[in-house]
Amino acid sequence: MSTTTGTTDAMVEIRSVHKSFGSVEVLRGIDLSVRTGEVTVVLGPSGSGKSTLLRTINHLEKVDRGWISVDGTLVGYRRDGDKLYELPEREVLRRRTRIGFVFQNFNLFPHLTVLENLVEAPVAALGRPKKEAVAAAEKLLARVGLADRATAYSRQLSGGQQQRVAIARALALEPKLLLFDEPTSALDPELVGEVLDVIKDLALQGTTMIVVTHEIGFAREVADTVVFMDEGRIVEQGAPGDVLDRPAHERTRAFLSKVL
Amino acid sequence: MSAQTDTLPQSPPAPLAKSDGADRLRIVPARRTGQWTAAVAVLALLALVLNSVIRNDAFQWDVVADYFTTAAVLRGLGLTLWLTALVMVLGFALGTLLAVLRLSANRVLRSVGWGYVWLFRSTPILVQLLFWFNIGALYPQILGVRTVNLLGPVTVAVIGLTLHEAAYAAEVVRGGILSVERGQIEAAQSLGLGPWRRFHRIVLPQAMRSIVPPAGNMLIGTLKGTSIVSIIAVQDLLYSVQLVYHRTYQVIPLLLVATIWYAVVTSLLSIVQHYVERHYARGTAGAR
Ligand SMILES: Nc1ncnc2c1ncn2[C@@H]1O[C@H](COP(=O)(O)OP(=O)(O)O)[C@@H](O)[C@H]1O
Ligand SMILES: [Mg+2]
Repeated sequence: MSTTTGTTDAMVEIRSVHKSFGSVEVLRGIDLSVRTGEVTVVLGPSGSGKSTLLRTINHLEKVDRGWISVDGTLVGYRRDGDKLYELPEREVLRRRTRIGFVFQNFNLFPHLTVLENLVEAPVAALGRPKKEAVAAAEKLLARVGLADRATAYSRQLSGGQQQRVAIARALALEPKLLLFDEPTSALDPELVGEVLDVIKDLALQGTTMIVVTHEIGFAREVADTVVFMDEGRIVEQGAPGDVLDRPAHERTRAFLSKVL
Repeated sequence: MSAQTDTLPQSPPAPLAKSDGADRLRIVPARRTGQWTAAVAVLALLALVLNSVIRNDAFQWDVVADYFTTAAVLRGLGLTLWLTALVMVLGFALGTLLAVLRLSANRVLRSVGWGYVWLFRSTPILVQLLFWFNIGALYPQILGVRTVNLLGPVTVAVIGLTLHEAAYAAEVVRGGILSVERGQIEAAQSLGLGPWRRFHRIVLPQAMRSIVPPAGNMLIGTLKGTSIVSIIAVQDLLYSVQLVYHRTYQVIPLLLVATIWYAVVTSLLSIVQHYVERHYARGTAGAR
């Protein structure tokens, strides 16, 4: 498979990314490539930097060193020689629309209906005609099984339904890459399945995704690559069969024994 | 029935043990004798006061009725209303700008916002108003025009009240913005929404829920507070009745005219406030 840039089939390239909050170094040199159409599942103990890594990918957090490219372009910077210039916000926002982000707490807009949540960004950020955006939103709602809830407000929905709306909202921008930050961690156990099913469905259709999750079964079934992070570093990565069943590192083994 | 209530506590196991008894039992609310005695006493007191108000000829209710809808009083009321509306709108516009300054990432902008709020909240509005009224002493000319000609009493009233209002509005709006979850802004950012869109479409409508109640109180406060402009001879509701009683010496009945008008308008505003609050509760637990 080839991409438009033609240089590589990597959708995401992360090169020696460092990030500190004050004196705490949260990312300590991350290198990772995610190939187009593949699903990467990121595992790791709480506080290991998984959320921060995801957030640097769509430039919700700035990196201190290193760089990240998505689909051949740097998200927050412009490269000139060996300097990276931070882009003006308008340009960052435009590039960000190619990256969908799904949050642990859904973050649906509570004062807007489900449909309005989905229509907002295509109209306001991409300048799509309202009619077109509504039609697309209705299709997306059907795809996540919520065609009949278009006029509901988020508080009238279950957690699982809210997260499915949030996924549909991210899809409304037709992103090239989807980032999930523990999409099922805030859900009651019986609602986890319906959300994972939607994500699995996206994976089957070849959507490029990075999913932070503790759902090992999901990782085994869906992931092309499993990445294990600890203390701001990638400890190991590989096919699910390798990382999950024959981990090379003691820390991976210790973590897996706790979550399995 | 009273026999039942008396015997129940003495033999609690009997009705509780058998399920067949539970359907027949009736719940008799406790008698709140104290509350009722107090209520009657308060009503009696109220009747006394009312009686004295109505029967006391010094109130001159006929004079109140005569002046209640005279042109001069209505003109004064009109000025009070539009002055209130203008000061609210301008005050909240400036206040919102100040709130954004105070929440800015830039230290200088933050300090400017803070300094403004500090200055205008730490001096009495009466002093501020007199200051603006006498600004001509400091700047006899503004842009080549004599200040006294440029700034008539009404303009001074609008400027003075607005600048003061903005300081309080800034705090109300800032509190509202801070009440919106951080995740809402991040979600909007991740969807590529620009700063202005994020603010007016995502943050502000949600902030409104905590802005509207204090803003409603401010509106009512401002309506009454505009009466201070009578000190610089702006013909608002209060000044209009003052003009009459300086002529006729019917001080009390004319003050009553103003009082009743203020009460009528604030009551109407309270009703409007209720519906506005309900509107902004959309999508939350309080909504219906
Ligand atoms: N905005 C922030 N300011 C300061 N510290 C932060 C911030 N965000 C995350 N951290 C810290 O960075 C570390 C990694 O956090 P995070 O990326 O959320 O880990 P994970 O998602 O793997 O649990 C934690 O110690 C956390 O407290
Ligand atoms: Mg996290």
